[in-house]
Amino acid sequence: MRVGELITAGFLALLSLYLMWKSTELPIGYISGTGPGGGAWPFWLSAIMLICCACTAFNWWRGTTPASKSDEPVLDSHGWKSLIFVGGGIVGFVALVSIISMYGAVAVFLFYYLWFLGRHGLVLSVTISLVFPIALFFFFEGAMQITMPSGLPFTDPVFDVLYDIIY
Amino acid sequence: MDVLLLLADGMLVSLQPLNLMMIIIGVTLGLFIGAMPGLGSVNGVAILLPVTFLVPPSSAIIFLAAIYYGAMYGGAVSSITLGIPGASTAVATTFDGRPLAKQGRASLALVTAALASFVGGTVANILFTLFAPLLASVALSFGPPEVFALMLLAFATFVGLGGDDIPKTIFSICFGLVLGAIGFDQISGAPRLVLFDYNGFLQGIGFLVLAIGVYGIGEMLWTIDQTRGDVTATTPQMTIKGMAADTKEAARRGWKGTAIGSFLGFFVGILPAAGATPGSLMAYGVAKMVSRNPEEFGKGAVGGVAAPEAANNSASTGSMLPMLTLGIPGSPTTAILLGGMVIWGLVPGPRLFVDEQQFVWGLIGSFYISNLAAVLINLAFIPVFIWMLRMPFTILAPVIFVLSITGGYAATRDMFDIWLMVGFGIGAFFMRKFDYPLAPAVLAIVLGPIAEPTLRQSLLLSSGDPSIFFTRPVAGPITVVALILIFLPALKFLRRRPAKGKRPAS
Repeated sequence: MRVGELITAGFLALLSLYLMWKSTELPIGYISGTGPGGGAWPFWLSAIMLICCACTAFNWWRGTTPASKSDEPVLDSHGWKSLIFVGGGIVGFVALVSIISMYGAVAVFLFYYLWFLGRHGLVLSVTISLVFPIALFFFFEGAMQITMPSGLPFTDPVFDVLYDIIY
Repeated sequence: MDVLLLLADGMLVSLQPLNLMMIIIGVTLGLFIGAMPGLGSVNGVAILLPVTFLVPPSSAIIFLAAIYYGAMYGGAVSSITLGIPGASTAVATTFDGRPLAKQGRASLALVTAALASFVGGTVANILFTLFAPLLASVALSFGPPEVFALMLLAFATFVGLGGDDIPKTIFSICFGLVLGAIGFDQISGAPRLVLFDYNGFLQGIGFLVLAIGVYGIGEMLWTIDQTRGDVTATTPQMTIKGMAADTKEAARRGWKGTAIGSFLGFFVGILPAAGATPGSLMAYGVAKMVSRNPEEFGKGAVGGVAAPEAANNSASTGSMLPMLTLGIPGSPTTAILLGGMVIWGLVPGPRLFVDEQQFVWGLIGSFYISNLAAVLINLAFIPVFIWMLRMPFTILAPVIFVLSITGGYAATRDMFDIWLMVGFGIGAFFMRKFDYPLAPAVLAIVLGPIAEPTLRQSLLLSSGDPSIFFTRPVAGPITVVALILIFLPALKFLRRRPAKGKRPAS
């Protein structure tokens, strides 16, 4: 945790510098007749962010923050596993949206989480994975009239059947 | 006396069978729309606006106002049960509502939120009824320096809320403000902060993208990591006797927060462009400041749920005031209501109270009835919300992830925003590990687009002289209070001594 806090502060300081540099694409000073330039607000805020990162590093050096006094790893093996399996699952879910539609991706993600990560029974996992996206379809497309991504054309026959029910 | 007679007439109008039905349907729909992460009163009112052309204008506006009320109550439900604020107005409710739910006291949190919302709504209705024209003129006297001073006060409250690590809190505020500045410069119209020259950033980063990323994904990853996957979802008990006890406890421990939120929320709500978000946040901050046990805030204090909930409901009613009396909407939802009124041939403004007396007082009467209906319907549905919490975490977690992604897409309709949401979620997970408070960033992204133009307009008015924030009679005291609130903790930070001998090697 101790090294992690310093690395995080360093990363955020670099981000602040990048934002300061990016802000200078617009004027950052006071322009007579039009007021502060368009880049002034983000530039000075990013500058404050940079100062805050320096203060965090100073606190780290003084050992006043809990993380700076901790010997624990940022993520142990379980932490890495859960981040990879859960976080990776979410990334996979979002990546699948443009291929098998939002509802298809919901079904696959739910099944993956319930059956593989949650260790639930096959019947429960399949039931929830099928019923939940269908309920979402009727809520969003029917009740709220919000169209979700429908994926590649091969999903059309399924959507045709569902749209026939609504309209 | 005249006012009371007009109000009685208005209530009779709102109690007509059609209008009463519209209130009940509107409140129930609003409750569920508000409880859905990503959807709020704006979505509900906007989506159902076309439906209202089937009924007379007075019934239509009553229906939309009922949805607005229901959604404000519903916002607390997702904040407490899922830990995801569905709207910016409900962010402050997560600070103590979620810890209470984690302690198995979700019922107490939900009852407190419902009762505080009811009291906040009622106080606001009374103030609205008695002082509408007077308060409208006060609100109108708020120019850019006053609004910026108010925003500064809201940011100062963040510093107090962010815990002990002041630099990390200030970083979080500034980060949220910078994210809010991405897209186009509001004054010159030039593209600004188009990160990595990627065009997706031109449309800016919305509040929901950050809020759902932080709370719906980041917070969940953090919970899974902290509990090592062995999350026993809270086992809240729900009985009639228990609910009565919760009601008693909510009244006993939450009255002070409710009172603060009710009045403060209303006065912030009536200010054009301010709205319920800064109102709820300031109410939380003040409730913490005046509490005998401020250390309980953030860990499940009943007052910490009551204050923001009373404030956001009160502010919602308050934001109707400039819309009806001046034709200036105080929030995005009232802007849509205003549009609806114009479509129905009604002209909001000072003449509305004279020319369309029956309509106006019917609407005000419906606020009272909607508020009562909302609290009753909300209390009736609490067992359903509690049941949701009793699901095993391995079912609840994927459902929350799915609701976050689908709700986020429903609000923005852009896959780029969904990827940003995932990125923010993973970033938030690591920042949470190192005690960066993230709520200030989420709130700052909402207030940034209000604060920046008012700062620039103020400086333009004064030819660049910042003393404009100190010399005006209303802006001056607010700015001074805000600066004191910012510098007091900063002084504490500078005076803090390092811990001795507690720096082990990495």
